[in-house]
Amino acid sequence: MPKITYQDNKGNSKTIDVENGLTVMEGAIQNDIPGIDADCGGSMACATCHVYVEEKWLDKLSKPEEAEIDMIDMAFEPKKNSRLSCQLIVSDELDGLKVTTPSQQS
Amino acid sequence: MKKTDAVIIGAGPVGLFAIHQLGLKGLKAIVIDNLDRAGGQCIELYPDKPIYDIPAVPECTGEELTKNLLEQIKPFNTEFIFNERVEEVRQDKDKWIVKTNKNNEFSTPNIIIAGGVGSFEPRKLSLKEIEKFEGKSLFYAVKNKEELKNKKISIFGGGDSALDWALELSNLSKITLIHRRDEFRGAPHTLSEIKKLENEGKISIKTPCQLESVEGNESIKSISVKFDDGKVEKINTDIILSFFGLVMKLGPIADWGLNMDKKTIEVNSQNFETNKKGIFAIGDICNYPGKLKLILSGFHEAALASVDCFKRARPDEKYRFEFTTASKTIQERLGKK
Repeated sequence: MPKITYQDNKGNSKTIDVENGLTVMEGAIQNDIPGIDADCGGSMACATCHVYVEEKWLDKLSKPEEAEIDMIDMAFEPKKNSRLSCQLIVSDELDGLKVTTPSQQS
Repeated sequence: MKKTDAVIIGAGPVGLFAIHQLGLKGLKAIVIDNLDRAGGQCIELYPDKPIYDIPAVPECTGEELTKNLLEQIKPFNTEFIFNERVEEVRQDKDKWIVKTNKNNEFSTPNIIIAGGVGSFEPRKLSLKEIEKFEGKSLFYAVKNKEELKNKKISIFGGGDSALDWALELSNLSKITLIHRRDEFRGAPHTLSEIKKLENEGKISIKTPCQLESVEGNESIKSISVKFDDGKVEKINTDIILSFFGLVMKLGPIADWGLNMDKKTIEVNSQNFETNKKGIFAIGDICNYPGKLKLILSGFHEAALASVDCFKRARPDEKYRFEFTTASKTIQERLGKK
């Protein structure tokens, strides 16, 4: 199973095995990773599963849809490497992916 | 104090359908919602997005779904209380007293919490030092346009609200529109109007940048924005308007003594009652083994909860399961006979 590393804004990190096909958001919720709220449940409607993706992974991810980019505008302190973790689907290619959660989600 | 058979907290799709299910059983409900209209997430988060998994409705938007639900509950003439949030719930023998933030009180045997993920509030700017200006020179919504006359206004955001207010206020005041990306998201007509006003020097646009700091003691004097390339620019500002959408906050629900799991309320999946007799939770806010956060699941939960609401509201009457196709009583309640 691919390993996904979730790091909080203070640098504490946890690495979790996440099943292929789940989203990075679901991996966090199912494993009680703090820092990802996912209030809307993954419908790209709330921007509370916002993460910063480690730069080297950015090109390996599928490009964000317009709706995701719009939603990231609403996120807390968005940056160039911001993504909504509900839109990142885990696969073998993402084995080792590292995301950092912002200091808050809303 | 008003009495009612059930108080429904939240006027989203599931809250609306609960009115219907109670109404079929002859029960009256009062609905309280923090927003100014019905629809909840369907209206606030995805009014134009198609939904494909409402049974027998191949495709409809959040707005259409809300409209149809409101149509469906019309026969029950339900009282809606908008712009109020339920603050307190306390027991009064076998009844519950529900109190809102505007001190309205209701007495009821049944409370149905259909609160989604909590109440909607504007998403606030993250800068700590800015809080003290809130309501004085920092606003998350425009309540009184007159206050915004002949001012230097900095508007944050890249969506419809930011663009519409930039246009609207550009006649009255000096507007700076600030957004973290170069692209704005709005109706084509609005975007071309904005462009036109920028060319005429009536609106100043700053992108891609974000708020860095605020200067001023009693009121805001200026703000500094930081561009992506690291450059910082000071902008003389009297008023900040910020439009970053809405967030959902659970709010006082967490204090009512209900068994919670993170932000959800634990219920049994027979009647969706919480650990408190007569308090039910349905829709996204409830949690039980196998729970799916789908509108259709919320409808099912509303139907089952309404049966127990009947038993509590009419303890001397026997509950009879009836079909809408066959029951004269139900058809009368729907105004059909």
